[in-house]
Formats: sequence, structure tokens, C-alpha cells
Amino acid sequence: MAEVEETLKRIQTHKGVIGTIVVNAEGIPIRTTLDNSATVQYAGLLHQLTMKARSTVRDIDPQNDLTFLRIRSKKHEIMAAPDKEYMLIVIQNPSEQPQD
Amino acid sequence: MSTKRAKTTASVGSKGKDPKESESSAGSVAVHGHPDDICPLTLTSATQELFGCRYDGDVTRDNPYKILRKEDILQDLRNRAAVSDFSPVKQLVLAYPEDELLLVYDRDFIYGSSFYLVLTVEGKDRHLMPIVAEVGEEALEREPSDVFAAQKTPEPRPWISLGSEQEIEEESVTDSRPRLKCRISRVRRAFGAPVFFSDRNAAETKDGFIECTPYQDKIFSLKQMERHCGVQAIPNCNSSSTQTPWTYPKNMCTQYEPREFSKEEKENCLQSEELKHFISLAVSRLEVAIQQNEIADVFFDDWKALSEDDGGYAGKADSHLKEYQSFTDLHFSQEKTISNISWHPTISGVIAVAMTERLSFEDRINASTKLLLNPSLILFWSFSDPINPQLLLECPDDVFSFEFCPSDPNIIVGSCMNGQVVLWDISAHVERLQGTRSSGGKNIAINTNPLQVFEDTRDNETSVVRYCAVSSIEHGHKAPVTDIQWLPETFEVSRMGVPMENKSGMCVQIVTCAPDCCLMFWDIRAPRVAFQNMADQRKQKVEEKPLENPDGVPNTFKHLNLTWKPLFRVSLPKIDTSGEYSPLKFSLRDNTCDNHPGCSAERAHLNAELSEVAPEYSQLRVPSAKQHKPLKGISTKFYAGTEDGELVYTDWKLEKDDSGRLFSVKPSHRFTIHDGLVNTVRRSPFFKDIVLTVGGWTFAIWKEGVMNGPIIHSSCSQRKCTVGYWSQSRPAVFYIGKEDGNLEVWDLLEKTHEPSQTQNITTAPITCIKPWIISSKQHLLAVSDHLGTLHILEIPWTLRSPCSNEKLSVNKYFEKEVDRLVYFDKRREMRTKEKKNMDAEELRKKMEPNLQEKEEKQILEEAKKEYEDYLSLEKVILKDMGLLPDPDETAEI
Repeated sequence: MAEVEETLKRIQTHKGVIGTIVVNAEGIPIRTTLDNSATVQYAGLLHQLTMKARSTVRDIDPQNDLTFLRIRSKKHEIMAAPDKEYMLIVIQNPSEQPQD
Repeated sequence: MSTKRAKTTASVGSKGKDPKESESSAGSVAVHGHPDDICPLTLTSATQELFGCRYDGDVTRDNPYKILRKEDILQDLRNRAAVSDFSPVKQLVLAYPEDELLLVYDRDFIYGSSFYLVLTVEGKDRHLMPIVAEVGEEALEREPSDVFAAQKTPEPRPWISLGSEQEIEEESVTDSRPRLKCRISRVRRAFGAPVFFSDRNAAETKDGFIECTPYQDKIFSLKQMERHCGVQAIPNCNSSSTQTPWTYPKNMCTQYEPREFSKEEKENCLQSEELKHFISLAVSRLEVAIQQNEIADVFFDDWKALSEDDGGYAGKADSHLKEYQSFTDLHFSQEKTISNISWHPTISGVIAVAMTERLSFEDRINASTKLLLNPSLILFWSFSDPINPQLLLECPDDVFSFEFCPSDPNIIVGSCMNGQVVLWDISAHVERLQGTRSSGGKNIAINTNPLQVFEDTRDNETSVVRYCAVSSIEHGHKAPVTDIQWLPETFEVSRMGVPMENKSGMCVQIVTCAPDCCLMFWDIRAPRVAFQNMADQRKQKVEEKPLENPDGVPNTFKHLNLTWKPLFRVSLPKIDTSGEYSPLKFSLRDNTCDNHPGCSAERAHLNAELSEVAPEYSQLRVPSAKQHKPLKGISTKFYAGTEDGELVYTDWKLEKDDSGRLFSVKPSHRFTIHDGLVNTVRRSPFFKDIVLTVGGWTFAIWKEGVMNGPIIHSSCSQRKCTVGYWSQSRPAVFYIGKEDGNLEVWDLLEKTHEPSQTQNITTAPITCIKPWIISSKQHLLAVSDHLGTLHILEIPWTLRSPCSNEKLSVNKYFEKEVDRLVYFDKRREMRTKEKKNMDAEELRKKMEPNLQEKEEKQILEEAKKEYEDYLSLEKVILKDMGLLPDPDETAEI
């Protein structure tokens, strides 16, 4: 339990990281550092997107699988690492971008 | 017997002969069906016994050959004559050259008889020889060569008819009877005669024609007994339709909430092994990605960024503000100075300027009678006409400050020297202003009336608009109102100073300040009727008579004229002492003056919507405080710059004291910073909490929330700073106007100790600076001077386009300055502490010299004692060791 905490804390303290969310296979958040409404929103939306991305990858080549999904937007970058049972979502603000 | 069978060859071959060879022998097969050198015989049993060739006795299958003597055969013939079995071959036997003949037992009846006689010597040899050869197999191979050697070329023999020519004869065609001959003759003259055709109906005469009618011959009707047919199986297709009954539409709604785990479940999940495993896997990937982001931004377009920095390389030399246009009116601006400039928010190229008398207070009093005849004016200039102002607004007294209403640019509010607040409505003249921009030069109105040509060209004269409402003198300010601002249309303020939601969507409230130590909030809507007492109501009834508008003043603000009272007033009591601060300029956090003029695009859009329905201000009523909800996001604090060079930070919300009276709170902070009166308090258009104040010989930049002091305070310059303004497009740039007519451009990212460039605009002190963005390529700076001239300068590319990340850099710079301030304060505290400590120590030290003397004596005594002790000790030791000198020893003895 402690290792998990430690690892998540380590990620959270990286430069520019805004929030971290751990989601289960159904998209229900297990652990988060953001507030509840934002967490729920991120979890639901990213879960669907990851499912779609994974099915896309597998349609093209059934032996392939999705390992990592990065979405870069103007303000920050959302990274999702999916797995069979869980998914880890991290939102980071890349520092060079000037915030408008 | 006549059957030609290959069996002959086969039987011959069965004796061991090659079939080929037997064929040649078959070639000589006679008509009789057997080779001509063999004669089939039937021998009776008597004959058989006689000759010793009985069946299965003498002659068996394996040994079918019997040699008979010729003489015996002849004897038999003589004996039995015709009865003898040899009688048919009598001649042949006689002809036989040798004495012995071969008789072969033909068990298989190949030639039709049980025996046959070989008639020739060759045949006999032939028959006998193979018997010998049959023993060895090599004889088989030898035989073909024997046989071929024995073969001879066939000799031609006469053709024997066997009946085949009959078939040929049947096939050939011959005449069966002699041919008949016929001769037909005709008279010669009948030949070549013209021929005459005539019609004859074939049906008339009998047998005129012979017809052969077709009939269905059943023989030829084909019945197709078989046919190839292709078959394909398809699924069952059914066409069907349904119709849903459309009874009536019903509003339905669902409410959902996201699924969440309870705390225990979350704990369970967190503790599971799978989660640990997953986290360890996923984190490695994530860390790589996060680090990538930290190291470098892959999407950053370096090429573009490079170009932004260097783009003005040619233009770097050209950072000079170019003079674009300048406006002076000979008629109206003589002896006058410009106190304020304002660009028209929607019509580009129109700028309004307030002219005030260039006199000191004493001179004013002396010349007051003359001044009454010369009304003060606000001039509207348009770029198309540099000589004649487009519009003149008449003011009751010199206007120090005026503003266009952001939501309705036809309403202008101005503040006068006598403490009054004035409203103008220029909606009737807006087309003129708009038209002059496009046409340029003199305005040619579309005149249908030709007679107007002879009348005075009134169109060329600038029209004068009289103010349509002034505030009441008793309730207004008691000193010249120096600053006036509209409140944004997003909120309005109640009588208590609580910001509320503004449902009308227009700017309806104004804030003014004057050195009579108070700030006033005004509302341009009609006050609530309930608050009016009987006297006022009577007055209103009188006023409701339709009055003709004197001087063509529109009725927009008739409800306010001369009775206009402020909503409430905020006073600025001094913090430490009694008395009040006298504000000259103020700045609210959510204000309308310092916004991007770029926002005017959306304003213009809003205005376009609103102006179609001109708002009836007289119909609007100030709502009661209970109707609207108070807004929480609006900051009610503001900065005010005073006459004494102080900057005061206070709240405009009124509070009730014990007796129930409303009073203003004491300001929270006061900073004495400037050496002269503060003439500018302006917020940066990019940072809502950065304020620039200009006063005396210095200027200062403040950050709201940092109460230690200004984050930047400039050094005293040679000349007084008269006015300052932020640049609208570059967050780090602002302009300072000086007393000697110089315009200083300060770029915080370039130099902070001196202006990045100084340019002399005019010889007189600069009174007002206002920049404006006409288009993305044209940024203009309006500068007015004390002589009454308005200069329009064009801002060069270097001063109008921000460099990359300028806002971020400036923000960082400000934060750094804040840190410096904080650090300095801390150090100051530390130093004071240290100083205190040092003072205390010094005091202590002064007390110490008395104690020191005493101590010295003690020390000496102690030292003496020790020495004596040492001496005695030395004696003792020497004594023990027996080393003491003799006189002592001898003494002791």
C-alpha cells in the first residue's frame, strides 16, 4: 500500500504535474489528487477514449495492443497508461508553453 | 472350316512358333481354311489300329506326331479303295516325294478333324523341327531368324473373285435403260418476239397452283425431356412495416450521477497486489513521458519563434514614434489646453478632446466674467478632416474628464470643474461622424431640396450638441471632479455598495472622484419612485407637460436633469489621523477604461444589437437591492491617488455603524510615495492586479495584494512626470509624459532604470496620453499637450508587437520584484532586530568595566597563591627525592 502511495507521490511531485488519477477497468476512480467533479469527468471521458483507441489498434492488427495514450492540448498534456484492470491518468503542464 | 480365325496362327504359335512367323504362314492360307500343305483327315478306329495311331494310346496330346510310311498308305488304299480314309488324299500321297509322311493328331480339332496329314516335306520338317526346338528356350529366339530366312517374296497370282466386286457394282451408277431422246422445235419467227405478260389469278383456274401447306408434323415436335437449370438458395425475405403510435410528446428527463467507490472499496483496491503490479509497470512508462515533457517541448515551433525575435531587424532602427496627424483648432483651442482625450469606441478614426482654460485659479477668478461667455467644449476630431472638428459638445464648465459609455457610444458622461456630472447624447449626430470617415473632406449631404443650396451651408458648420442632463449642484461634488469612469455592464452596485447582477446588460452606473475627499456612485436610470417625497412628485407632474426641447436637446436623460443625485458616496477617512484623503484619480479592478480596445469588436457587436433598440433610459428604474443577487466575484476594493502624493487602498462598500448610519470604512493601506499630486492611477490591460501610478517626479508600479510597497519605483527624473499609460499590446511597455513635452517609452524587459527611448513631441507639457488600436497593422498614440494641440503618433512595429512569451516574462519579473520586496522587508526586520541586539550589548558592555577591575585583582591574588602553593610543593617533592640543597638538610638534622 505504502509503495503505491510512494510511487504516486513521486509522480505527483514531478515538475508541471497537475493531477494523478487511478481508475479501474470500468472507469471508476480509485485514487485521485484532483477534486471530485474533475476526477469523475476525466475518468469517464478518458476511459471511453482509451477503449476506442485500443479497439482501433486491435482492429488494425489483432496482435497489437495499446500501451500508452498521450493527448497534447494547448494548455497541458494528458497521459493515460491503460492496463487490463486499471488505468493511470496523469495531467501535466509542459513548462515551455506560455499559459495564455 | 471356312472361318478365318486367328486361332490358326495361335495353334501354330502354340507349338512354340512366333506369332509373326505364323502370320506369314497365315498369308499362304488357302481358300480351304487350312494351310495347303496340311490335309485334315478323319481316321476311323480301324485305320487307327492299323497304323498304330490310336487316340490316347500311340498318339497323345504331347506326342501328336506319327510317321507313316508311304507304302503303307498306298497298301491301305489298294486294300480298301474307296473305303480308305486316305482316299481323298490319294493323289497327294502319290505325289509325295519322300517315303514317310507325317500324321498329326489334332486333338483340338483345329482343322476340323481329329488328324491331319502333312503333305509336303517342308511342312513335315517344319512340324518336326519345332518339337526338337521346343525343349530349349533359345530355340524360340532362333526361330524368327529361321522363319525369316525361310520367308520368300510373295508372287503375284491372278485375282480370284470373292464377291466384293458385287458391292462396287451395286454402288456404281449405270444406265438401266437406253437414254430417251427428245427433240422440240419451234418456228423460227417465234424467237425473239416481244413478250406480253398478263395477270392470271391462280385461284380461278383449277390446278393453277400447287401448294404445299405446312402442317404440324407431330414427328418433328420436340419435347424437351431434359433441361439444365440453375438454382440458388436465398434467405426468406419478408416485407413488412410498422407504425408507432404518436400519441403525444412528453417531456422526460433523467438524472444520473457518476459511479463511485466507497472508501472501503477504494482501500481494498489500493491494497490489492494487482494494483501494485500495474503501478510498477505503468509508472515506468509515465516517467519517461513526463521527463520528455520536462526536457523539451516537442511541439514548440522554433523556426517561428526565431522569426518573431528577429522579424523587426530592419525595423529595429525604426522604433521612433512617427507623427501621423495633429489636430489644432484655431477657432476653439486658442488659449486652451486639452485635459482629456478619449477615442470613440466604435467609429474608428474619431477622437474626442476636452478643452479647458489654460489659467491658474487666480486668473480664473479674475477672468470669470469672460469665461462665462466662452463655453467650454469637447471637440470631436476625425482623421478625414484635420482642420474642422466634426462635433462640439457644450459643457456647463471646463471638463476635466469624460468617457464614452462602453455599451452605448452615443452616451458621453463628463465631469466638470464645478463639481457637476454632465451627460450628452449624440445619437442624432452619429451618422455625421460615421459619414465623415468614409467620405473625407467636406460632408456632402444628399439634398433633395435645391433651395437649400442657397441657404447657409449649415452642413459645413460643426454642430454643437448641448448636454442633456447635469447633476444637481447640492448633491454633487464640491470640488472639480477629476476622474470619472463607467462601471462595466456585468454588474451594478446597490445603495450599500454591494455589487449585484446587472440584468439590463448595459452600463448604467458611473463612479466619480474629486478632491473633496469622496467618491460618488451615480446611476443614469430614474430613481425609485417610492423614495420621492410629495414635493418631488408634484414637481414631476409639472415637468410631465410636454416641453419643447430647447436647443434641440434629446429627451434621453430628462428624468435626471438637475435632480440627479448620486447613489451613494464613499469617503476616504485618514487612517491614523482625522481628516480625509483627497483623491484625484482612482482605479477599480473591474473597470472599463483599461480594457483592450480589441474588445471593442465584441462591444461593437453588442452595441449593434442594442442600438437597434435604443434603450430608453427614462423607462429604466433602479432596482431594489432585494431583487438582484449580490455577485461575489467582484472585488470592491480600489486604489485612489491623492493630492498629497499618496496611494490609498480601500473598499467602497458601506457599513453600518451602531447608530445605523452608513459610513465608509477606513482605507486598509496608504502609501506615501510620490512627491507631487498623483495624476495617473492605471491598471495594466494584461494583468488585473498591476497598477501604474505617476506623480511628482517619479512613477511606481504596484501589485494588488502586495502591501509592502511598490514593486517598482522609478528614480526621480529631471522633469516632472505628468501622465502615464500602459501600452495596449505589449505587457512590458508603458508611456510616461513629461513636463518638457518628452514622451518616454519604458520597456520593463529592456531597461528598468531609464526609459528605453525618449522622444520629444512638443514643447509644452504633455497632458494626456491615450493609445488605440485601429487595426492589427496600425496602432496609434494620441498625445495632447498643454498648448491645446492633439498629436496622433503611429506606434512602430517594435513597440506594438509583443515578443515571444512577453507576458510570461513580465509576470516573472513582477514576481521577482515582489520577492525582492518581501526579502527586503525581512532583511529590514532582521536588521532592526540586530540593531536592537547590538544596542543592548553595548549597554551591557558599558556596565562591565567595573566588574573587570575587580576581577583583575582577584586573578592576581589567585596567581600568587598558586605560585606559593607550587613552591611548597616543589620543596616537598625535592625533600622526598633527597635533592634539597644541604643547608636545609643540615638545618633539619
